[in-house]
Amino acid sequence: MTAARKLWAIGVLGVLAVALIAIYITQWLTVSPPAVASAAPRQGVTQLTLQTVASLGTAPHPEWVSYLVKDAHGHWVHSTLLHVPAHSTVRVTIYQYDTATGLRNPFWAQPQGVIGKTIKLDGKTISALDPDLASHTFAIPDLGVTVPLAGVADNAKNQCSVAPCTLAEAHHTIAFTFRTGAPGRYRWQCFVPCGAGFLFGFGGPMQTVGYMDGFLIVT
Amino acid sequence: MRDPSTHLRRAAVAWAVLSVLGVLGVVLLLGPHMPPGRGTVEASEQTTANILIASIMLPIAIALWLFFAVALTTFRQRGDQLEDGPPLIGNARVQATWVAGTTLIVLFLAAFGTYTLIEPAKGAAGGGQGSDPLVTPAGKALRVQVIGQQWAWTFRYPAYGGFETTHLVLPVDRLVEFHVTALDVVHSFWAYELGVKADAVPGADNVAFVTPHKLETFSIRCAEVCGLWHGYMSTHGEVVDASAFSAWAQSEKAATALATRVLPTYAHTYYPDPPRRAG
Repeated sequence: MTAARKLWAIGVLGVLAVALIAIYITQWLTVSPPAVASAAPRQGVTQLTLQTVASLGTAPHPEWVSYLVKDAHGHWVHSTLLHVPAHSTVRVTIYQYDTATGLRNPFWAQPQGVIGKTIKLDGKTISALDPDLASHTFAIPDLGVTVPLAGVADNAKNQCSVAPCTLAEAHHTIAFTFRTGAPGRYRWQCFVPCGAGFLFGFGGPMQTVGYMDGFLIVT
Repeated sequence: MRDPSTHLRRAAVAWAVLSVLGVLGVVLLLGPHMPPGRGTVEASEQTTANILIASIMLPIAIALWLFFAVALTTFRQRGDQLEDGPPLIGNARVQATWVAGTTLIVLFLAAFGTYTLIEPAKGAAGGGQGSDPLVTPAGKALRVQVIGQQWAWTFRYPAYGGFETTHLVLPVDRLVEFHVTALDVVHSFWAYELGVKADAVPGADNVAFVTPHKLETFSIRCAEVCGLWHGYMSTHGEVVDASAFSAWAQSEKAATALATRVLPTYAHTYYPDPPRRAG
């Protein structure tokens, strides 16, 4: 091969490599779950309805644990970008379909930052959860909100395998209320190491917005 | 063209004048604003070190900038005719001066840094010393455990029943003994204005000391890339007077009582349990 051809080959490969890197970075920066607006406030209270599922069931990561959110039309959407009004009261209902993993730090077993310092678990008021029974948490650290979510029993019948799950399948219902603050983007996350198959459970869905992490977009 | 020694003398005078002005500027103008501030003994030592290092570095930087300036303006090839410069034959005196000067600077900084780290009153300059500290400042310390986890800091106060909280509040003018650890991956506890920085490693107890002397709010960050929300792993702490601290501790103890009941017994480290995901 002549020197000129070598140079051409190296040049073409270089351009190809740069193009692939650019495509990867662009996709990484632009691929994002849709932002979902909560239902219009009623009597000053905004309703936010979520569900957690053990496995999403759809590409690109069908086996990953995930949150879903109900949009204003009542449809379940795979997203963790949640729009809520600023300086408002938000009532959250979470249908929890996953089994328990247990909290790595039991400190998160006590609900914090919620109105009344208590939450409702299947209609019953509780002020703390057995840390071994936690499946996930819904936590907005910058607002001081942390809520432990009870896991479905391992031997529960009719467990949900693919999202979106229905109320006919085994689940717990967790409800609580908190106040939003000033407009801004507040990250939220799960504190339970629930990333199956990853080192110490903290990889995959725990490190990806759209699964167990997201933003509360307060406007 | 002038004799090169004339240029050298002029450059030396310019360097001396600029260096004196620069160092005065660093000490008098920049010094009071040099991070991390004077809120603690440890931070104060770091601020002094930063001023000292900047004062040493500036004359060196000025010498380099001046060299470039003189070379580019005075010894620049002008006109169309290109000709080689005079051959370089070396200069033993210049080389010896450069080697001796840089060696002295490096040795001085090494001695200064080592002295700062091992002087007990300065508590190892706020750095993490591992589980068996080489330097332990005198005085009864308030023990505070710092726990890093993806992605939040929590703090335990063993002297108050071992309660855990997301708030770091410290009493002024009291020695604090941080025990820094983590539950999952490596984090780094960086209380910026306090001048404290200690790695938080799962299964390890990293001890750092600090004595706050100023009532202030300080920032806390993670200084070790630790995953998706590393950039959000920040919060604020507060230095308050002794009575306010006591009142806060009692109030926080009561507020977190339910969580305290299910916490493991206070220990220097906690095995990251559960290590698997169920289900």
